Amino acid sequence: MEVTTFLGLDAVMLARMQFAFTVSFHFLFPAFTIGLASYLAVLNAMYLRSGNDAYLQLFKYWLKIFAITFAMGVVSGIVMAYQFGTNWAVFSDKAGPVIGPLMAYEVLTAFFLEAGFLGIMIFGRDKVGPGLHMFACVMVALGTAISATWILSVNSWMQTPQGFEINENGQFIPLSWLEVIFTPSFPYRLAHTLTAAYLTTAFIVGGVGALHLLRGERDNHGVRTMFSMAMWMAAIVAPIQIFLGDQHGLNTLKHQPVKVMAMEGHFESHPDGAPLILFGIPDQEAGEVKYAVQIPKLSSLILKHDLNAPLDGLDSVPDELEPPVAVVFWAFRIMVGIGFLMLGVGVWSLIARYRHRLYDDHWLHRAALIMGPSGLIAVLAGWFTTEVGRQPYTVYGHLLTQESSSPLEAQAVGISLLAFIVIYSSVFGAGIVYMLKLMNKSPHPGERGLDAEPGPIRTASPIAVGADRKHPNGKRN
Amino acid sequence: METGFDITAAWALILAVAVYIYVVLDGFDLGIGILYPLFPGKRDRDLLMNTVAPVWDGNETWLVLGGGGLFAAFPLAYAILMPAVYPLVIAMLLGLVFRGVAFEFRWKATGPFSNWLWDTAFFGGSFIAAMSQGMILGAILQGIEIADRSYAGGWWDWLTPFTLLCGAAVVCGYMLLGACWLNIKTSGDVQVEARRLARILGIATVGFIVAVSLWTPFLHPEYLGRWFAWPAIAVTAPVPIAVALLIYALARSLTEGESDWRPFLLVLALFLLCFIGLGISMWPWVIPTQLSIWDAATARKSQIFMLVGVLFILPIILGYTAYAYWVFRGKVDPDEGYH
Repeated sequence: MEVTTFLGLDAVMLARMQFAFTVSFHFLFPAFTIGLASYLAVLNAMYLRSGNDAYLQLFKYWLKIFAITFAMGVVSGIVMAYQFGTNWAVFSDKAGPVIGPLMAYEVLTAFFLEAGFLGIMIFGRDKVGPGLHMFACVMVALGTAISATWILSVNSWMQTPQGFEINENGQFIPLSWLEVIFTPSFPYRLAHTLTAAYLTTAFIVGGVGALHLLRGERDNHGVRTMFSMAMWMAAIVAPIQIFLGDQHGLNTLKHQPVKVMAMEGHFESHPDGAPLILFGIPDQEAGEVKYAVQIPKLSSLILKHDLNAPLDGLDSVPDELEPPVAVVFWAFRIMVGIGFLMLGVGVWSLIARYRHRLYDDHWLHRAALIMGPSGLIAVLAGWFTTEVGRQPYTVYGHLLTQESSSPLEAQAVGISLLAFIVIYSSVFGAGIVYMLKLMNKSPHPGERGLDAEPGPIRTASPIAVGADRKHPNGKRN
Repeated sequence: METGFDITAAWALILAVAVYIYVVLDGFDLGIGILYPLFPGKRDRDLLMNTVAPVWDGNETWLVLGGGGLFAAFPLAYAILMPAVYPLVIAMLLGLVFRGVAFEFRWKATGPFSNWLWDTAFFGGSFIAAMSQGMILGAILQGIEIADRSYAGGWWDWLTPFTLLCGAAVVCGYMLLGACWLNIKTSGDVQVEARRLARILGIATVGFIVAVSLWTPFLHPEYLGRWFAWPAIAVTAPVPIAVALLIYALARSLTEGESDWRPFLLVLALFLLCFIGLGISMWPWVIPTQLSIWDAATARKSQIFMLVGVLFILPIILGYTAYAYWVFRGKVDPDEGYH
C-alpha cells in the first residue's frame, strides 16, 4: 500500500498521536478513580465503625465526583479496548495470542466487578443494608486495582517481553503464562503506578480541603477531616513513591538501558563516571544537551551506587533505535520534580501538625491547593517517560512501532484523530467543569448523596433518600 | 483436531453468547436513548433515564467482552475486521462516549441549553452507536476483502444498501427492546405509551427481520445453499416457523397486556432466533467465505488459559449481575428523587 499523508503526517505517526491522545485522556480518569474508590471504601468503613456523620458526609460528597469521573473513565476506556484493532492491526495479529488473554482477564475479573457493584455503591445504601453496601464499595475499589494489575501486566510485557516464541506467521506464541504475566519490570511498574494513583487522589482531596480552609471553613468537620487525611497520605506515601521510583529506574536501567540514557540525557558514554544533568536542552541531531547544568559523577552514583562506574550513552546505539530524547528527558524531570514537591508538602504538613497549625497555616493551604492537580500531571509525565522511552518498539526489541500499524490511509486516521480531539475536549471538558463545580462547594452536615438530589434515582420503594430519612425495614413495599 | 473437544468452536460459541447478552442488555438501554424524542416531557425523560441508570454500565461491559474476546480468541479476525469497518467503529465509540457521559452530566446541567445538549447527546449517541453496530454486522455478512493477513479493501467498502438496512434493523430492534423494558419498569401514561410504541415497533422489527433474512442468502451462493438446498432446509426451516409463532405471541401479549414481562421475554426469544439464523449463515466463518474460525484462532495455549477463566468467572459475573438487577427491581416511581 502506498504511503499517504494527512497534514504532512503519515498514517503511523497519526496513529501514534491518536493513541497517545486517547490513552492520555483516559489514563487521567483511572489515575483518580483508583485512589478515590479506595478512599470512599475507607470513609464508608470509618462511618460504619464510628457512626461519625462527618465520614458519611465526606462519602456522599466524594461519591458525586467519583460517579462523574468513573463514567468518563468507562467511556474513554471502551475506546481503548477497540483502538488496538482499529489503528494497530498488525500488532493485534502478532501480539494477540500473548496479550489478548491478559486483557480478556481484565474484563472478566475487573470491569464486570466494578460495573456490577457500582450501581449498588452509588444508589443502594438503603436498599441492601450497610454490610452489603460496604461490600459493594470494597468490590468497586478492588475492581479498579485488579484492572490496573492486568493492564500493567500487558504493558510490562510489551516493555520487557519474555515467555514466548515466534511462529511462522510472526505471531508471539505464549510458552509460559507465569513468565508472560510476571515480567521483570511488572512488580516495579505496578507498585509505582498504583502508588501514583493514590498520591494523585490524595492531592486532589487535599487541594479541595485546602480551598475550603482558605475560604474560612476552619470549623467544618468534613473539610478538616479530608485535609488531614490527605496530608497524612502525602506525608507517608510521597517518600515511599520516591523510593519505588528509584527502584523502578534501576530496573529500567537493567532491562531497557536505552530508555534510561534518554531520561538522563546521556548522549555520550562516560567510561569513568557520568554526571547528573539537571537541566538543559537536548539536541538529538547534534547528540548533546545544550546549556547543561550538571553535577559530576552523580548519575553514576545514583544508578550504580559508585562514583566512577562507567555508563553507556546513546552513541552506543544505532540512530534508528534511539527514542525521541527531548520528550523523555523533560517528561522525566517534570515527574521527578513533582514527586519532590509532593514530599515537601507532606513534610510541611507534619511540621504544621506537630505545631497544631494544620488548619491554620494558610501558606500550607495555598501550597496544597496549587499542588491539587499535580498528581495528574506527574502521572502523564511518567507515562510519557516510559512509553516514549521505549520507542521505536511496540514490543521491546522485537516489533517496531513502524511495523505495527493498520493498513489505513492517513486521511482516515487523521480525520478520526481530529474527531477525538474535538469531542474529547468538549465532552470531558464539560465533565471537568461539572466536577470543579462540585468541588467548589464544601461538604455539609446532612450532605445529600446522589440518591437524594435531582438525579438518577431508582425503583419505586419508599426508601433511599439519604441518611436523614431513615426507614425502618430497608425493604421495598 | 487432535482431541475430541474442539476448543476453537467452544470459543466461537462463548463469543456468540457474549454478543447476544450484549445485544439484549445494552440493546434496551440504547433503545431507551433512541426513544427519547418520543417522550418530550422532562419528567418522562427523567423517568426513562432512571429505568437504566443503575445498570447501563454493566450492560456496556459486555461490549468490551465482545471486542476483547474477539481480540483474545481470534486476533487475526480482529486485526482484519477493525480496519475494514474503521469509520463505523470510531462512530460507535464516539456515540457511546456521548451517551455514557449524558447519564451523569444530564443531572448537573443547569439552564435550557445544557439540558437540551445532554438530552440530544443521549439520543444522538444511542442512535449512532446502534446504527453503527447494525452496519458492522451487515459489513461482516456481506464479506470483507483480505490479502496476506490484512484488510485489502477500500475504506468505504462497508457502505452499501445492505449495511444501511442492517443498521436500520438494529435501531428498530433496540427501540422495541427499550419499549418493552419501559413496559416493565414504568406505570401510568408512560407505560401506556411504551406499549403503543412497542406494537408499532414490533411490526416494523418483523418487517426488517424479513427483509434482512430474504436479502442475506443472495449475498453469497454459500448462504443460499444453507437456507434453500435439501437437506439443509429441513434443519433451517423451523427457524422462520418459530419466528412466526413468536410474532403471534408477542402481538397477543402487547394487546392484552396481562403481563408486563412477557413482551420483553418474547423479544429476547425473537432476537435469539435471529442469532441462530445468523449462525447458520456464517458458520464456520468468522469473516464469511474468507476466514474460518480455525484460521483466525489464537494459540491453543491462549485458548485454554482463557477458557479456565471463563468457566470459573463467568458464572460469578452472571450471579452478581443478576443480583444487581434484583436490587433495583420493581417499577420506577416518577416522583422519587425530586423532593
